[in-house]
Amino acid sequence: MTQHARWNRRDWIKNTGALGAGLASAGWSLQAQAQAPLTAGFIYVGPKDDYGYNQAHAEAVAEVKKWAGIKVVEEENVPETNAVQKTMQGMIAQDGAKLLFPTSFGYFDPHMLAMAAKFPDVRFAHCGGMWTEGKHPKNTGSFFGYIDEAQYLNGVIAGHMSKSKKLGFVAAKPIPQVLRNINAFTLGAQSVHPDITTTVIFTGDWSMPVKEAEATNSLADQGIDVFTMHVDGPKVIVETAAKRGKFVCGYHASQAKLAPNAYLTGAEWNWMTAYKQIIDAARTGKPHPNFVRGGLKEGFVKSSPYGAMVPEGARKQAEGVRAAMLKGSFDIFKGEMKDNTGKVVIPKGKVFKQTDMELEGMNYLVAGVIGKA
Amino acid sequence: MTTPKPWHARAEDLALPVLALAGALLCFGLFVWLAGKSPVQAWALLFKGAFGDAFSWQNSLQRASPLMLTALAVALPGRAGLTVIGGEGALVLGALACAALPLGFTPPANAWGSALLLAASAATGAAWVALAGALRQWRGVNETISSLLLGYIAIALFKHTVEGPLRDPASLNKPSTPPLAEGLRIGAIAPDSLLGDVHWGLAIGLLACLLAGVWLSFTANGFAMRVVGGNARAARLVGLDANRLVVLACAVGGACAGLAGGIEVAAVHTAANASLIAGLGYTGILVSFVARHNPWAIPPVALLFGGFGAAGSLLQRRMDLPDASVLVLQGFAFVLILAAEALRGRLFTLGWAVHIRRAVLPRQIKGNVQ
Repeated sequence: MTQHARWNRRDWIKNTGALGAGLASAGWSLQAQAQAPLTAGFIYVGPKDDYGYNQAHAEAVAEVKKWAGIKVVEEENVPETNAVQKTMQGMIAQDGAKLLFPTSFGYFDPHMLAMAAKFPDVRFAHCGGMWTEGKHPKNTGSFFGYIDEAQYLNGVIAGHMSKSKKLGFVAAKPIPQVLRNINAFTLGAQSVHPDITTTVIFTGDWSMPVKEAEATNSLADQGIDVFTMHVDGPKVIVETAAKRGKFVCGYHASQAKLAPNAYLTGAEWNWMTAYKQIIDAARTGKPHPNFVRGGLKEGFVKSSPYGAMVPEGARKQAEGVRAAMLKGSFDIFKGEMKDNTGKVVIPKGKVFKQTDMELEGMNYLVAGVIGKA
Repeated sequence: MTTPKPWHARAEDLALPVLALAGALLCFGLFVWLAGKSPVQAWALLFKGAFGDAFSWQNSLQRASPLMLTALAVALPGRAGLTVIGGEGALVLGALACAALPLGFTPPANAWGSALLLAASAATGAAWVALAGALRQWRGVNETISSLLLGYIAIALFKHTVEGPLRDPASLNKPSTPPLAEGLRIGAIAPDSLLGDVHWGLAIGLLACLLAGVWLSFTANGFAMRVVGGNARAARLVGLDANRLVVLACAVGGACAGLAGGIEVAAVHTAANASLIAGLGYTGILVSFVARHNPWAIPPVALLFGGFGAAGSLLQRRMDLPDASVLVLQGFAFVLILAAEALRGRLFTLGWAVHIRRAVLPRQIKGNVQ
């Protein structure tokens, strides 16, 4: 993250040079840019300090704000209703934004698509949605990260730390992105002890603090001793698990501060990488990147630093997997793989790369997960 | 002390809320100043964001239109003597009806089709809130609690249906019903005018408030309903069918909230999904109470709320104030608007010195200091 924070003139010229533009034209556009900085608008569905999904974005945006030649406008707690359309319109009409980052999944259809049709010269970079060639306009796009890789690493650490061999996963909804994380976490843990199980509770929505606490307590009562989650704000789950004397692996952003004695590691976003690609393209007039994806290797996701209680052996195994992932030689989803009803979901010999679209429609829970997709 | 004049009541209707709002703005300025920002800039942005130009007006009006309908869902039962707070449930079920009806048969893809969908939404909402009214009249169940709980049931039903049986298989990560056909959607009233993309929901909301106002103020049936609300026992003594009137008020209120849900689907979301559960029904409760359950007062109060939303958006973007700051302003506004009622009938009859001493010092009503 830090290496992107110092965006400077030299880097910019280098990038432009790589594009094949002459130094003279670079100097000229630098001047033009100095006169009119690019205004970028960031929209969050929840509070910027939710210790979760929105904070992960807001932390990266705080870095973007330090760059020269860019003006940032932000708005938090914008529901996925007409309100977000009005916020986008306001950013364009009142603040002169030329690039918008609606960061919540539900902003894509119909809200962002409606605004993109209305403002064809504004670029829209949506987080999470599936931009499809030929179906969605060129001034829109989506970026996302393969965070299941970091969840797999969470699983490896959890597998080492669990005494009961029972892990808990508190999730919002049984949708493909969530199922993929549950499966990756479980597979990571099973790489340590094949008989480990993960018990899943779905709360029904992205921000349900009361239900999340109830789910965590109920799982703790069942003997589960390591938790992770996929909800917008993991704060409640982390705090409840810590209070019950259990361990927890974080998600979205680092929750280490909330429970330093219980926090093992976490799967975090590193949105800086995606932001930089998209903003650089807007500044240099390159075509809008429509489909931006990446995992650990591309710097889209990262892990929280290990807690002091994580032993050397666990760290070593996780770092081994991480090194393979960084080289691109590690595949999480490969055959033969059965789901938790006994059905073969990936046939023998079949190996899915992270970029394979089949993984984006995942509708099963792997063997060893207790729960129903 | 002077005697009250006939014009006092009318003038107070206007003066009390205006004074209360001014007081709220003053308190908000103080709050902003304490947070280390310029109150003058905040006031200027509040005005600019809510009513500063054509876009701001569109923004405020658009945010206000569903609130008019959800406020009626509280106001109408309120005038019949009930405190019903289940508008959110009626709204989501109305939305569900609108999105689900085209799955059963194919309605004509034109304005008639849209009208049919909205009628289904209204009927669903009506049935849901009428249930709370009927439970009260015939089973003695407290309608505030039952409507609130029915709201939770409605939301659970909605989620189950949208994310289960009616889920469009193409909606992978945001479970939704299949989208409405293009011809069934509701568009802008006058896209090329100053109204911009403000959709027909505004006209429907205004019309509903107007009809509700006429019903309550100028019809015998509406008068009878207000009598029931004033004193149900007295109403029964003079031969009014209180049960029927109460359930009617609940049904019409519920129909308004259901309609709001249908409009949200047909004009904004195009399909039913969990994004519809955005608290519009709950905000309607506040609107109705601030408007004192008066349908004529609902449009301006809803516009004020819409304005708060629009202004809050600009405040965040320009001054980096947190989203919650506009809630602080809303809080000041409510408390002062409701507290200002203590001055009703006395605003002009007391000498100013007496008035300040009596009303402000012992009662701590800050809003009238200026």
